[in-house]
Amino acid sequence: MGSYVVSTKEEQQAMLKEVGLESMDQLFSEIPEKVKLNKQWKLPEGISEMEVMNIMEELAGENKVFSHIFRGAGAYAHYIPAIVKSVTSKEEFVTAYTPYQAEVSQGILQSIFEYQTMICELTGMDVSNASVYDGATAAAEAAAMCLQRKKNKILVSRTCHPDVIEVMKTYCYGNGTEFQVVPEKDGHTDLEALKQLLTSDVAGFYVQQPNYYGILEDYETMGRLVHEAKGNYIMGCNPISLAVLKTPGEYGADIAVGEGQPLGMELGFGGPYLGFMAATKEMMRKLPGRIVGETQDKEGERAFVLTLQGREQHIRREKASSNVCSNQALCALTASVYMAAMGKSGMQEAARQCASKAHYLQKSLEEAGLTLKYSQSFFHEFLTETPVAAAQILDALEEKGYLGGLPLGDREILWCATEKNTKQEIDDLVEIVKEVCQTWN
Amino acid sequence: MNCPNDLRYTNSHEWVRQDGDSVLVGITDFAQDALGDLVFVNLPEVGDEVEVGEVFADVESVKAVSDIYSPVTGVVKEINEELIENPEKINVDPYGAWLIRVEKVTETEDCMTPDQYREFLENQE
Amino acid sequence: MELIFEKGAKGRGLSILPKNELAPVDFGCHSREKELNLPQMSENELSRHYTQLAKRSRGVNDGFYPLGSCTMKYNPKINESIAGLAGFSKIHPMQSQHTTQGCLKVLKKAEEALCEITGMDGMTFQPAAGAHGEFTGLLLIKAYHLSRGNVGRKKIIVPDSAHGTNPASAVMAGFEVVNIPSTKEGIVDLDALRDAVGEDTAGLMLTNPNTVGIFDKNILEITDIVHEAGGLNYYDGANLNAIMGQVRPGDMGFDVIHLNLHKTFATPHGGGGPGSGPVGCKAFLAEFLPGCQVAGEEELYFEKPKHSVGKVKAFYGNFLVVVKALAYILNLGCDGIAEASQNAVLNANYMAKKLMNLYDIAFEGNWMHEFVMSLEELKKKTGVSAMDIAKGLLDYGIHPPTMYFPLIVHEALMVEPTETESRETLDRAIEVFEKLYDQAQKEPEKLHNAPVSTPVGRPDEVKAARHPILRYSFE
Repeated sequence: MGSYVVSTKEEQQAMLKEVGLESMDQLFSEIPEKVKLNKQWKLPEGISEMEVMNIMEELAGENKVFSHIFRGAGAYAHYIPAIVKSVTSKEEFVTAYTPYQAEVSQGILQSIFEYQTMICELTGMDVSNASVYDGATAAAEAAAMCLQRKKNKILVSRTCHPDVIEVMKTYCYGNGTEFQVVPEKDGHTDLEALKQLLTSDVAGFYVQQPNYYGILEDYETMGRLVHEAKGNYIMGCNPISLAVLKTPGEYGADIAVGEGQPLGMELGFGGPYLGFMAATKEMMRKLPGRIVGETQDKEGERAFVLTLQGREQHIRREKASSNVCSNQALCALTASVYMAAMGKSGMQEAARQCASKAHYLQKSLEEAGLTLKYSQSFFHEFLTETPVAAAQILDALEEKGYLGGLPLGDREILWCATEKNTKQEIDDLVEIVKEVCQTWN
Repeated sequence: MNCPNDLRYTNSHEWVRQDGDSVLVGITDFAQDALGDLVFVNLPEVGDEVEVGEVFADVESVKAVSDIYSPVTGVVKEINEELIENPEKINVDPYGAWLIRVEKVTETEDCMTPDQYREFLENQE
Repeated sequence: MELIFEKGAKGRGLSILPKNELAPVDFGCHSREKELNLPQMSENELSRHYTQLAKRSRGVNDGFYPLGSCTMKYNPKINESIAGLAGFSKIHPMQSQHTTQGCLKVLKKAEEALCEITGMDGMTFQPAAGAHGEFTGLLLIKAYHLSRGNVGRKKIIVPDSAHGTNPASAVMAGFEVVNIPSTKEGIVDLDALRDAVGEDTAGLMLTNPNTVGIFDKNILEITDIVHEAGGLNYYDGANLNAIMGQVRPGDMGFDVIHLNLHKTFATPHGGGGPGSGPVGCKAFLAEFLPGCQVAGEEELYFEKPKHSVGKVKAFYGNFLVVVKALAYILNLGCDGIAEASQNAVLNANYMAKKLMNLYDIAFEGNWMHEFVMSLEELKKKTGVSAMDIAKGLLDYGIHPPTMYFPLIVHEALMVEPTETESRETLDRAIEVFEKLYDQAQKEPEKLHNAPVSTPVGRPDEVKAARHPILRYSFE
């Protein structure tokens, strides 16, 4: 049996004696006899550390680790600089609690303040919080920020990530907000439909840049339409792309959110990831979760604290607009270290290479017989139609160690390339695809 | 505690001042002292209806949020915008830093006179 | 200390990426025009910056951390190694399921073990934290009542000693909150509960042992009262570390529960997250669970529950945190888990008994894994507050207990030592508490000014909140 209890059995007995008891059972005397657990539970006996490692390694071994990944759809394989892991595994960061005791938490508080600054820079917004759970919950929390007495409807474009739409819908189901999806047209938001749906009761509209199909939409027009209808404009953005693409701030968004996983986090079968949230100054007090501010101590020394706490659940209780308590602090730190390591030029280079490689992949796949479904400009993902069943292409790729794009239909594949993919890798992948198409067509 | 003679008071520590055909509402010196350093004030919007005994605003200190109850029923004519940037005005000058001006007052709570309020405070302690 | 933006110099940087061997893409009107300010520094500068920040932070690894309600137990290192295995960390969430059987097995094994520990029948790992779990659990309650046509069950009853997340979550799930008072023993007032329940009751949220560290001996009556009124019982698992292997929420009449893997199951807090807040439920609620459940025997697969409330997070939750918790459970096994709770309770009682001569302990009785001291009298006598004592502890290298919570105790300090502390550590902390008590009588001024040995003194929180500076300005 494994144990992290420090006291030996003898020490435990001695301590029991000091509190005036004879047995451990007496500590639990308030528990009604009727429901006391009499040890007949089905949990297995404990095992040694070495055995645990063996079992878990075996389980890990039952998963296939792909060395060539061409799939995105909300989770992206980027290169993670070595310094990222080295910094984020420091035990002071890993094993700390939320920095409530500011005097001994200046390191963590400052790291969050730096994170907030970087997120503001990336998104072009005024203020950022310390993070929420992931991109989807960030979008749902952003929608809740927009609600007003006479505005109780949220619109979302069909071109957003399906999980994001689903999570927003679930949150709206929770607090009784009306929720409507704006239809898509040829891979982008149907602007005519959006115009029709933007009634005076619309609190906010959410759209993604780039959208689920990788496409860059007309964010300027959509922002204008939403503001004309006196609603709030929420943009969900890929953080790497923001190094080269127009920011939500430039598009006049009121709130910018996104999935921060591309900023140095592992794929990890879907989590932990990072929800980043930034807003205009006007919406600052509606931001959920923790926010760090700069101040001074009595000696005039620069100091950081959790601030604007009046918004939060531990103070406002049932009147709080969000219940967020624990967030994704270590993931926010990961994102900071990643952005600092890449720097301005590294971030821009990563974004440019994502786009270059995705476009090269797209052209090469076209030569292999696949066709681009939508013609608009895209960032690092794109949707193709396949001349043969998508499954045939993807199975053939899998056999050779390639994780191909995500099948969206029988004959549709959503591809992704990042800076991590090499030209050689793309050429090899295309060869396999070509072969499948020739054999089966 | 400072309780000016020209005001009326509630047992939830708001004050009311008749000012022409509208009334001003704020919180008392006792209230600001008990709440400590105020860092933010959440005010209603102009045109909102307020009702006797109902919450119309809240004030935040670093560690607490407290509701402010309306002593009158009417319509908010004006809010004290200055407080949004400088909530500390309430701590410095609670009787100058009114929160809202209410017009079309149809009902007023049975408020205390300054003497009654002083007595009320003494009994509280 | 300087910010990262005040270090480095223009043109410095790391060399991470190779040269682009392919044609550039022009984004035209989509191109960013706004300047992008990010650090420009060498790896050495970067590394030292974060080492400096680490030295100005404090984790469980740095010493005693008796933060009440947070269960700051030791975080075993093997769990980190396992979560770092490529077979977990490099798995794409949208890989086809026959290539992720290991991940599905992890979810299934964790579900089975945690259901057994809590007495539940089904569990989702979607929620990323405790509060997220509360919201999810309440959605199950909502969906259940609506599925039976009970549109009028809109009220959630919450004791006044509850965590602030409880009422906030209830509102997010569309409920009204009914607060009920505690008795002078610190437990649920049965009469108040009887008065509060009715045809509009959706459910009750309760943590047991509660936030004052007392196990509510009337628990079976409480859950019966709610059930008889047609409501469901929700168990806030924040304090589960007190009762594992002794009693199960499922046997006490609870229908839904959330766990905090980052408390009870030893996964680290990471300075505020990521956590994991799985939600367990009785069989009759399983059809409403969010996301997908793992099904199958030989070949495992994901299956969407029949009347799922939807999704509360993208993909399957904070998976790598679940991996760590599973490793912990396998390691401890049934005996180890029971032993952990026993010692958590023993350590708390040991500290409480030794401190009660000097400090008032709210709701004396049989404490479980934590206890709450009230410094109200001390403050009246000496002017030294709970905050002052907490800050005084910092000068002795002890992380303070949770301050000013629960709200029903004035000048509260909530102490939770956990099972992974030695008797010497507890004895030393007791000694420090005694010294501080002494100091409060003799030199209260010193405590008002504590801490003096930390990187900064008490920050001006009023200034921070009145005129917020929330980012560095490059101008």
